[in-house]
Amino acid sequence: MIAELGLAALWLAAGLAALQLLLSIPTVRGSVDGAGTIRAVAVLQGILTLTAFAALLVVFARTDLSVALVFENSHSAKPFIYKVAGAWGNHEGSMLLWVTVLAVAGAVFAVLARRTGERTLIAALGAQAALGLGFYAFLLIASNPFARLDPAPLEGKGLNPLLQDPGLAFRPPTLYLGYVGLSIAFSLAVGALVTTEVDSRLARAMRPWVLGAWILLTLGITAGSYWAYYELGWGGFWFWDPVENASLMPWLAATALLHSINVLAARAALKAWTMMLAVLAFSMSMVGTFLVRSGVLTSVHAFAIDPERGTFLLALLAIYVGAAFVLFAVRAPRLREGAPFELVSRESGLVINNLLLTVILGIVFVGTLYPLFVEAITGEKLSVGAPYFNAVAGPLALLLAALVGIGPLLSWRRERRPVLKRLTVPALLGLTALVITVVLSPHLAILPRLGFTVAAFLAAAAPLPLTVRNPLRAPLATWGMVVSHFGIAVALVGMAANGAFTSERLAVARPGQQLTVGPWTVAFDGVTPTAGKNFTALEAELRASRGEGAIILRPQTHYFSDPPMETSEAAIRTFWNGQLYTVVGREDPSGGWQLRLWWKPFVTLIWAGGALIAIGGALALLGRALGGWRSLRRRSAPDWRERYI
Amino acid sequence: MSRAARFAPLILLVLLLAGLVWRLATPVDTDVHSRLEGQPVPAFTLAPILPGKPGLASADLATGRPRLVNVFASWCVPCVTEIGVLEQLQAKGVAIDGIAVRDQPQALAAFLARNGNPYERIGSDPQSQIQIDLGSSGVPESFIVDGRGIIRYQQIGPIEASDVPMILARLEAAK
Repeated sequence: MIAELGLAALWLAAGLAALQLLLSIPTVRGSVDGAGTIRAVAVLQGILTLTAFAALLVVFARTDLSVALVFENSHSAKPFIYKVAGAWGNHEGSMLLWVTVLAVAGAVFAVLARRTGERTLIAALGAQAALGLGFYAFLLIASNPFARLDPAPLEGKGLNPLLQDPGLAFRPPTLYLGYVGLSIAFSLAVGALVTTEVDSRLARAMRPWVLGAWILLTLGITAGSYWAYYELGWGGFWFWDPVENASLMPWLAATALLHSINVLAARAALKAWTMMLAVLAFSMSMVGTFLVRSGVLTSVHAFAIDPERGTFLLALLAIYVGAAFVLFAVRAPRLREGAPFELVSRESGLVINNLLLTVILGIVFVGTLYPLFVEAITGEKLSVGAPYFNAVAGPLALLLAALVGIGPLLSWRRERRPVLKRLTVPALLGLTALVITVVLSPHLAILPRLGFTVAAFLAAAAPLPLTVRNPLRAPLATWGMVVSHFGIAVALVGMAANGAFTSERLAVARPGQQLTVGPWTVAFDGVTPTAGKNFTALEAELRASRGEGAIILRPQTHYFSDPPMETSEAAIRTFWNGQLYTVVGREDPSGGWQLRLWWKPFVTLIWAGGALIAIGGALALLGRALGGWRSLRRRSAPDWRERYI
Repeated sequence: MSRAARFAPLILLVLLLAGLVWRLATPVDTDVHSRLEGQPVPAFTLAPILPGKPGLASADLATGRPRLVNVFASWCVPCVTEIGVLEQLQAKGVAIDGIAVRDQPQALAAFLARNGNPYERIGSDPQSQIQIDLGSSGVPESFIVDGRGIIRYQQIGPIEASDVPMILARLEAAK
């Protein structure tokens, strides 16, 4: 009964989306006044999809095995939290989550947005409905989450034990929320291209959505990086794997959009470019989802691969992105560029930021898809690895990080203040860092060395925008920017330290043997078998010390029998100045065990920096929301709310 | 804005879609193919490891008759099950030689006594030198070498019972 209720809600929501799209066309043309109806329909659609998603949660929570999806992905003996998380830990459920977030975002947007012109808003709601329709069709035609089994089986097939991990249960929803936040920016851009009302009001309407999406994407990428670091047991924080790149590309586009949107909001310039970025950011999210779901690129992360669904997603991608690009090509000449600016100005600083981010995006995009095109043309198989990305994108990212220290100090239109003088202290600090690395480790590679230099410069330069006036009276958004930019410096120190000072020891050790790694002496006490709930394991005992008392680390190798699978569980100990990371491998024929030990000074700064970047975004969003709320209170509520709520 | 700049995103999208459609239409071949297939066996001479079993040299693989060269080790767990399949092949008249990687005589003798010994010759490769020259990245792996010393096929991983007809057909084709 509950499953049928969910399915009915989904069909109704799809019907409403069609109505919303059809009604938006004459309303934008001006022949019908459907604005109030469209807003109400958008809200209703959000409520219906929430109902459908709640129905799915209920059947999963109750382990209703007559629903095929529950049978395939759940088990009555599973912990309750994973029963619920199982609702979106599969293809159908995650698509329903996607559609729900899309529709709820549309509803919230319909209720809150009133900063931009009414026609643009209605056109944007029409675009959002068109987006929704495609995904409703995908869900209802190709992947119905509520399909029944008759007779109902007695027990479910369970969930892959590897996916019973809190990180995996909550990361996909975070990324989806981020992607879908970008869908509002996409719809607004399409709406504005339809009406050609690209102005600073549009930018202000778009900004909170972009900012919110960007915060979630930043968190998702940071968490994903840490997950790969501790779970895969390779000791690296970024592998340039296609699935990682798929989440990085929308983030790069959203970061560029976040900066160019400020130029549009403040100076009504960069109109066509900002619209392009808004379209691109969501397109990259769709490309990313497609790459992950369709399995066109082989990856260690590929969990759910289905070529038929891939075809459906590809068709949606072609329709939406293609239509938006055609619209852009037709309408771009009618966008009049705003106020001019000089070569040295905040605007040109942000243009350089955008250029660098876009070039990095291009590098990642080409590197990710290059193997596909080479194979299509020559038939040869190859893979593009970390050396390419590091060598090509690394220097550009460093250049960008250095400019981040300078850009926020420039004034709009043309530079009037002595910026270079204010940068004396940061420049000296950067130079000091450079000299210290040259003296202490003369053979350091060039990228980590420059990483320390740029990080020192940026850490000192990032807070300078606060010193223009009394820091406590600076807007919250400025504080947010400063925190984010400082976070870049922090992450940069972590990456440079990881590249420069990591000590690695790979050895075959017999019980009783001692190994050294960095400042640590590690004694190997032996290996004992142990067992978990659904696996058996071998556990090594290591006693590590660096002068003071010893600590015990217990890395394990887990053996799952169903399906047969072997995973290594690293034992990691965090200290204020780094992490000790240990992995146990196989037994050697001579009776020794493969041990892999790393001492990684300051590596945690990478994720601390990522978290700071996201926190800065949250501060800025809070600042903008408070500002928007204050200005809203001064105006009277629009009439449709009186009519419908 | 110039016409080229306006349409550039659209053109790039079409290219991308063409590539992705091609990929979806052509299923990914995840098998790794040996680069040494069709190449002569690299020259090597491996000392014997067991008394009574001669060692193996590349010259032994160019005697006019196709041979199966099995890269294995007594410390390799999948090799235990593979030996049985190799014995089936031997019973069908296949000539099999072994390269024992990083092995010790006592351990190997015990391993063969326990699991069976289908090998005519066994060469010892204590530092994996020849294994690397052969382009083999693990144990077990097997090579079909035709009568002129040319590698015709590389099997990565154990030969399983279901692979026997395929291996026999490839040996036949290598004649």
